[in-house]
Amino acid sequence: MIDGFIALYIFMLAAVTGYEIIGRVPSILHTPLMSGSNFVHGIVLVGAMVALGRADTTLELVIGFIGVVLGAGNAVGGYVVTERMLEMFKSSKEKSS
Amino acid sequence: MSEFVSMRTLIEASYFVAAILFILGLKRMSSPVTARGGIVWAGAGMVVATVVTFLYPGMGNYALMMVAIFIGGVAAWVSGKKVAMTDMPQMIALYNGMGGGAAAAIAAVELLGGEDHGVVFGILAVLGGMIGAVSFSGSLIAFAKLQGLMKSTFRFGGQQIINLLLLAATVFLAGYIVFQHGEIDIVVIFFLLALILGITMTLPIGGADMPVVISLYNALTGLAVAFEGFVLQNAAMIIAGTVVGSAGTLLTQLMAKAMNRSLANVLFSSFGDETGEASEISGAMKPIEAADVGVMMAFADKVLIVPGYGMAVAQAQHKVWELAQLLKGRGVDVKFAIHPVAGRMPGHMNVLLAEAGVPYDIIYDEDDINAEFATADVALVIGANDVVNPVARTDPASPIYGMPILNADHAKNVIVIKRGQGAGFSGIENALFFLDQTRMLYGDGQEMASQLIQEVKSI
Repeated sequence: MIDGFIALYIFMLAAVTGYEIIGRVPSILHTPLMSGSNFVHGIVLVGAMVALGRADTTLELVIGFIGVVLGAGNAVGGYVVTERMLEMFKSSKEKSS
Repeated sequence: MSEFVSMRTLIEASYFVAAILFILGLKRMSSPVTARGGIVWAGAGMVVATVVTFLYPGMGNYALMMVAIFIGGVAAWVSGKKVAMTDMPQMIALYNGMGGGAAAAIAAVELLGGEDHGVVFGILAVLGGMIGAVSFSGSLIAFAKLQGLMKSTFRFGGQQIINLLLLAATVFLAGYIVFQHGEIDIVVIFFLLALILGITMTLPIGGADMPVVISLYNALTGLAVAFEGFVLQNAAMIIAGTVVGSAGTLLTQLMAKAMNRSLANVLFSSFGDETGEASEISGAMKPIEAADVGVMMAFADKVLIVPGYGMAVAQAQHKVWELAQLLKGRGVDVKFAIHPVAGRMPGHMNVLLAEAGVPYDIIYDEDDINAEFATADVALVIGANDVVNPVARTDPASPIYGMPILNADHAKNVIVIKRGQGAGFSGIENALFFLDQTRMLYGDGQEMASQLIQEVKSI
């Protein structure tokens, strides 16, 4: 069980981690990084799957289904656009063309 | 029973690995050298977490689940592959909104399920649901605005008060659901109110401020995901959501700072509302021919190129890079100077230049390049306007006063490629265009860049 203070500790440490990761990032990476973090919260897909998996009534099924569609969209879309943007960042040394 | 326990262990271990991959991936994404590997690491984490979730005990509806993943995944894959680099900001907004919607959906299922988890879990569930719903509808509005589907601002009297009342009503219903265990219709009204709140919050915000808002909704979605993670007792969601929540908040602040705006300013006032007449600019803009510019640049020692969103709209970045390569071939020191808010969001211009093949080590940030303008023979401004406007330094009455700008006016010669004589995105006259050392090269960005290439080649 993730409960009470354990939950608070996890929350605090993860928050510090996120802050530290972004702390010294150059502004040239702001857009890709925002896109990358947008992808990471696509983990919501996992929660939506659990919600749909446990749904009983029709209403719950419909909402759960929509949740999984949206979660999958977040994860896949976030990955595709981030990858496309970062793919283009090359230094002059690794330029072949 | 032992099989059940080991399954649990496998799932938890996989979520742990996924969380580590997310953090390391994001860390790698924060440096241009390792960034490309970073997204792949994070992607691997996502695959691990998703696959292992199918083994979750006590679940059903697998067929429905697969269909949903297929629909959402394919739609996002196709749209993500197709979108033009210039439209990237609104696409990020759209995917972010989907994440917020998913978090709200989880909350809805949990709240409708009627299982009483206790007050703390109830609070986290409704909070996550509310934030997720606001992020969902708000992001959709942001998408619609940047995509040009709707007029960029929409304001009416008393808007702030109506928003405040909406917020109060939503919070009241949230409390009611937590403590009174609301009926289905109360839950439905609660989510409807949260969705409307997201819309009315985003409507009055202007297009120029949208990137900050998208970044804020990104952070909020992370938070919503973390809250729903607590409700579902899912460590991967808690960690990933919280990391994004705090990283996104910092990123939002950095962006707001780069635009010389405070977050409160973005959310509760609107750009250009400040009254007070900016002082008139006297003098005339002096035109120049491409041939003269070609000679000027070909025999210069140092040329600094200042690209703006206008360059990207004209799809001129490939030609500009070709021109830069030609000049470099002649021994000219060519550098790109990028303002933090060039493009539609901070760093967007870097993405657009990278697409054209410009290596990132000749692209410089405002802080690193500004001192160099004084020693530059030519500053070539293409499609940029407000970010090189010296009134930001001199005229306290100007709406952009105080915004850090690129010191293009310090260069010996300034060439501005511009379509016509009108004012820029913010509608502010640019004093740079009227300086003695400034010449205007009127025309389409791409066409002018091609002409300059021809002129330099013919020398």
